[in-house]
Amino acid sequence: MTAHEVSRGYEIVVGLEVHCELATNTKLFCGCANQFGSEPNTNICPVCLGLPGSLPVLNERAVEFALRVGEAFNFDVPERSVFHRKNYFYPDMPKNFQTSQYDEPICSEGTLDVDGVTIRITRAHLEEDTGKSTHVGGDGGRIHGADHSLIDYNRAGVPLLEIVSEPDIRSAEQAARYVEELRATLLAIGVSDVKMEEGSMRVDANVSVRLVGATEFGKRCEVKNMNSIRSVRRAVAYEAERQIDLITSGERIMQETRHWNEDDGRTHSMRSKEEAFDYRYFPEPDLVPVEPTAEMRSLVRSQMPELPAAKRERLIDAWAITEHDARVIVDVPGLAEYAEAAVAVLGGGTPKDIVNWLTGDFLGFLNETGTKLDDSNLRPAGLAELVGMVVGGSISRNQGKDVMADALRSGEAPVAIVAARGIAQVSDAGALSGVLEVVFAANVDALDAYRSGDDKMKKKKRGFLMGEAMKATKGDGNPQLLNQLLDQMLEAL
Amino acid sequence: MTAREIAAAVRTGARSARSVLEEHFARIDVREAELHAFNYLMREQAFGAADAIDSAVARGEDPGCLAGVPVAVKDNFCTRGVPTTCSSKILEGWTPPYDSTAVARLHAAGAVLVGKTNLDEFAMGSSTENSAFGPTRNPHDPSRVPGGSSGGSAVAVAAGFSAIAYGSDTGGSIRQPAALCGVVGVKPTYGSVSRYGLVAFASSLDQIGPFAVDVGDAALALEAVWGYDPMDSTSLDATMDSLSDSLDRGVAGLRVGIVRELTEVDGIAPEVQARVAAAAEALSAAGAKVDYVSVPSVSYGLSAYYLIAPAEASSNLARYDGVRYGRRDAGADVATMNSATRDAGFGAEVKRRIMLGTYALSAGYYDSYYGKAQKVRTLIIQDFARAYEQFDVLLTPTAPTVAFEFGSKTADPLAMYLSDVCTIPTNLAGHCAISVPYGTAEPTSGATLTSDGNPKQLPIGVQVLAPALGEATMFRVAKAIEASAP
Ligand SMILES: [Zn+2]
Repeated sequence: MTAHEVSRGYEIVVGLEVHCELATNTKLFCGCANQFGSEPNTNICPVCLGLPGSLPVLNERAVEFALRVGEAFNFDVPERSVFHRKNYFYPDMPKNFQTSQYDEPICSEGTLDVDGVTIRITRAHLEEDTGKSTHVGGDGGRIHGADHSLIDYNRAGVPLLEIVSEPDIRSAEQAARYVEELRATLLAIGVSDVKMEEGSMRVDANVSVRLVGATEFGKRCEVKNMNSIRSVRRAVAYEAERQIDLITSGERIMQETRHWNEDDGRTHSMRSKEEAFDYRYFPEPDLVPVEPTAEMRSLVRSQMPELPAAKRERLIDAWAITEHDARVIVDVPGLAEYAEAAVAVLGGGTPKDIVNWLTGDFLGFLNETGTKLDDSNLRPAGLAELVGMVVGGSISRNQGKDVMADALRSGEAPVAIVAARGIAQVSDAGALSGVLEVVFAANVDALDAYRSGDDKMKKKKRGFLMGEAMKATKGDGNPQLLNQLLDQMLEAL
Repeated sequence: MTAREIAAAVRTGARSARSVLEEHFARIDVREAELHAFNYLMREQAFGAADAIDSAVARGEDPGCLAGVPVAVKDNFCTRGVPTTCSSKILEGWTPPYDSTAVARLHAAGAVLVGKTNLDEFAMGSSTENSAFGPTRNPHDPSRVPGGSSGGSAVAVAAGFSAIAYGSDTGGSIRQPAALCGVVGVKPTYGSVSRYGLVAFASSLDQIGPFAVDVGDAALALEAVWGYDPMDSTSLDATMDSLSDSLDRGVAGLRVGIVRELTEVDGIAPEVQARVAAAAEALSAAGAKVDYVSVPSVSYGLSAYYLIAPAEASSNLARYDGVRYGRRDAGADVATMNSATRDAGFGAEVKRRIMLGTYALSAGYYDSYYGKAQKVRTLIIQDFARAYEQFDVLLTPTAPTVAFEFGSKTADPLAMYLSDVCTIPTNLAGHCAISVPYGTAEPTSGATLTSDGNPKQLPIGVQVLAPALGEATMFRVAKAIEASAP
């Protein structure tokens, strides 16, 4: 997979529309709680229900969040942006128009670097979310044929930021990486919890293909319902291949909206005939233009955190870690700060050791137990202690893993655990020589094979004997010393 | 008894709010069946409120500047727990869970709400004939319309059903019925009275204002409800000059411009022109400098209005779809249910304007209709600005004719729309204007005869216009006109 994928002479052209729910305390135009998972229709009021006579008042925090996004993606944030009404009928939209932005969005012309390639972002604009319908009875939860529908308006009026890229993306992998990078950045600047599964981040992809070298775009299809970054990658790849299949067999692409099905791994046409919508946009007369003050802009600028890309670069340089490890550390919220705190109090070992322990057993434990980083029992200082003991040789790596697991469960300090359990690495040459003698006596066949074998065989049997010796020490033997003693004894055969 | 007198008497304990209310309901009981000013009478709540005010006074508390004043509000003001219909079948059965800001302020000022008044459906009309619940009649001649859309509120004051009343004015819906019913009507500066809880017709034009028997009461009534409201983003966060304090300062030295285009408008009745001229003379005699002024673009006001207002209405009224509240007519699927509900729930004029507005906003037509109308609006604002460089206030007729007969314009929407030709420019500009009764005349044709065989006299109003937040000066001029009224 590459940034520029070509299949059967065709290149893929993708533009992404990402809707992300802003993590404000209240909704975009009223004081109702912006909260996922409440009892249906409990976070509602005359305004977000669109009751007759109600009027919207813009949530300033949402504007502030949009300004942060503006900073993060190098957007132009004009002096003034305007809300428009997008008119269409839908039962889960209380006013039958969506208050959105149209030709004067709050952010325009930004960029996002994805693995060294700059993807242009056309715009990012504020709009309100709709309610959510549940169709009961009939055919598989669809509105057609349902006995009745239930509407939950808790989500109606939740602030959304729609981020629309230019069709600059040239592969399924790059599309997935764009979403990954976008998500990490939105998370880092604290404007959204970007959970694709909960719908707080929704991605639609406009996919087309064209012959390499062509300057015109092909007919595009809009792919919806991708619930993870993995599905973005799969759906875009599938859709591009589907289009190339059609073209190469002499058929034509129909511009349409297609639904990604995770289970069968295909996209499906959502409508037999494309309805032409005329949204009759016009400026929302109930709101005044958005004009962020100079104070608000400078406050936002002063509060911008380090962005993931910059942080990765800094950590790779400073800690000599891989791009992959840097990505893991930076993508988990708070993990980079955790690692930095541990590195700051490191007694023995390197930052890379800290990173290895974090990306390995530590994250594994958090994921398995569903523990949040902030709630973890092992704090950065404890991790530094642990790494110090392993690197210093007072406990073995395997013992270290047990101590970490114990510390994560009990909350006791690693040093205390080691002391209480009497754990120590066997670094006594006499004791280890004794272990090797027992191993040799039990594996005469292997020794014979070693003696008569070629280099390859010698290497194989040596590895076997080393493994047996480690097993005999229950992993507590100092591996360096054991290796040294094994070589001496083999030479003496 | 004026609202000022009532409030003063109730505040000092000289009169009980209950006895004031009894007088008003006595008049309602005699004439409401004939006039139909109200969609809903709040008799029980009103007496409860009156008694609460009397108890407060007895405890030594001050109930507020409208203590015990019987008030009627147009049935497009949301009233918590009281049906709000906008005179439309589509809102049948709906009871708002909240009070509009204006109603909340009236309660806080000690006013006693007597009922919700009739209007043209969703405030679309100039005669109150478009009400789904039947028309309201003009108390001066019940064979004639009271004007509209706030016809019920105008009649409530004219017939003594309430001391003051409130309506909404999108293109003249307060001033024109005030003129036709012989009471004072005010369209204040856009943003001066909160629209929160006023069911929207055309958001950029709608404004709440009062009806009163005289200019002094109108000032009191406006001051009770205006002022910044954080619930309305278009609400003005500005200091309002007191109206009551400056009412009697006179007009000496003030410059008054008679708007030529609106006094000479097509179809204007000579008797109306005569009253405007008389008002101008009276102001001149009182020391004002009066001259003619031209505001050319106001001639396009009507056309611009009938694109902008329907466009906004087409969107504002989209929410009445049978899903959440009000009427629902069954359909096989959601779209069919939506259509059936809207078809049965909306009257002809509302449908006409939704169609007009939808068309004006459509792809390919936006620039030549809605876009162009907005440009006209800008021109009107610029022309007014030029006029206000030379004049403090402007003078025009309120309506081109006296009250007309039922059915005389219903078949011809354009003729009906022309009744608002003098009032619409103020809404497009976001300025303020007041209609003051200034004598009477017999209609040009079809006059009803009184018992002694003379043609019935019908009220005429003259209109004073002022720039945004120019209410204080506007009210001084209105007061001077009132003082010289025959
Ligand atoms: Zn709400």
